[in-house]
Amino acid sequence: MRVVVDLTRCQGYAQCVFLAPDVFELHGEEALLYDPTVPGDQYERVRQAAAACPVQAILVGEGVSAGVR
Amino acid sequence: MSADLLEGRIVIVGASLAGLRAAETLREKGFTGSLTVVGDEPHPPYDRPPLSKGVLLGKVSADATGLPMRRDPDAEWRLGVPATGLDPVGKRVLLGDGSSLPFDRLLITTGTRARPWPVPEEAALDGVFTLRTSDDAARLAERLAAGPRRVLVIGAGFTGSEIASVCRERGLEVTVTERGPAPLVGALGGTLSKLASAMQRAHGVDLRCGVTVTSLRGNGRFTGADLSDGTRVDADVCIVAMGAVRNVEWLAESGLAAGPRGIACDAGCRAFTMYGIVTDDVFVAGDVSRFPHPLYEYQLLSLEHWRNAVDQAEVAAHNMVSPGPLRRPHLAVPTFWSSQFGYNIKSVGVPTFSDQVVIAQGSLEERRLVMAYGYRGRLTAAVTVNMAKSLEYYERLIETAAPFPPPLGASDRRTAAEVVLPSDVPDPSRLSHGPTVALTGYLPDRRLVLARPAG
Repeated sequence: MRVVVDLTRCQGYAQCVFLAPDVFELHGEEALLYDPTVPGDQYERVRQAAAACPVQAILVGEGVSAGVR
Repeated sequence: MSADLLEGRIVIVGASLAGLRAAETLREKGFTGSLTVVGDEPHPPYDRPPLSKGVLLGKVSADATGLPMRRDPDAEWRLGVPATGLDPVGKRVLLGDGSSLPFDRLLITTGTRARPWPVPEEAALDGVFTLRTSDDAARLAERLAAGPRRVLVIGAGFTGSEIASVCRERGLEVTVTERGPAPLVGALGGTLSKLASAMQRAHGVDLRCGVTVTSLRGNGRFTGADLSDGTRVDADVCIVAMGAVRNVEWLAESGLAAGPRGIACDAGCRAFTMYGIVTDDVFVAGDVSRFPHPLYEYQLLSLEHWRNAVDQAEVAAHNMVSPGPLRRPHLAVPTFWSSQFGYNIKSVGVPTFSDQVVIAQGSLEERRLVMAYGYRGRLTAAVTVNMAKSLEYYERLIETAAPFPPPLGASDRRTAAEVVLPSDVPDPSRLSHGPTVALTGYLPDRRLVLARPAG
């Protein structure tokens, strides 16, 4: 599972930091740092964080596993 | 929806953020034909912003920033293969492995690469880096983790400033050289660039403005640099952060309007030929495009912004499968962010399209503020420093061509700054680095006719 945050939308409400502190952290007052590759035991928390984000800036999905020719 | 546009062969050249989002959008809009995505890097699409922040800090692995898919675009991925040419008549993309891909419609999202240090022998010294790809970030992160005695960063645009910030956070000594008067001056203008200077110096950066690096020194291994003011900097690592070069060389023989500032396209993302005729089967999106924006006098804008790559890719994909009357213009207001030295800087609009600025909320002293930018009495941009929640209010004002200085809105007190200052934006023809908004035409407040008497 991969996660990307649209940081142009993020306003630092930090709901994701409360819900999934192992994946999201605030860096300074309102800049967000996060781990884009979600560990297996964090899937549910990250889904909750995506749902709870007041500005809906968090996208969760599978990464591209390209069958390279 | 015209059925034949939903079929056929679409090729996307460029497998990063814009390429991925366009591929997904094509399928969302009902495209059922064959879809091929070509990328010169061996990696599936990944996110670049973390590379200059979390990855260099050692918090995120360089190979862990792969982008999530919104949906599987059911594409054939040709990765690790650069496109080398375009035959617009035969409608084929030529690839570096000698093969070629026929297409009915083409989307170009080849983006940019880091501008290399101009002297190849010096650039090849061990310890000299640029930062654009995840491979670059992996090598640089490893070098920073090894604890160099001093790091030299050439260029104080956003990338250079973010790297300097990471170095200080890691406890490394860092020297930053900038040929302009202050960091970020090309993106944010003179007033905010003074705050950027103060931020860097307060965090212990050895900041040298108004100087250039004349040569990189070393014998196989980088040991230091000579500066134009006659001084020397001894360092173990050098990061060349002098902006980006658009990946357009492969289009040199294509007849498209492709040059150093990108590929010109119309508001519907359709590429222009070099004669200024719009094509109907070649589309452009992301960092490599130049497109006209009605809020900015239809100047062609060139944006190196994450959000623009997403928005423009979606518009381009929609238009590729839609007949004329259903096509949409790309009208999104430009927006970007940067985090450095504990500050979150966000921008909406085009700060360089301005003749005046005013501090609309907060203050330089508080290190929390909203800087509003205006042009001839109209609000054209706003930049927040640690006041991200305010940005949306100004975005609405910019979209509706609100007057400048802006009304107070919901701010909690009378603004202390009724003082309108010149925006002090440098001439874009002198600028070398982004990621920023480049006005590729002219500065709006410099349209002067000079009469020169003959003789």
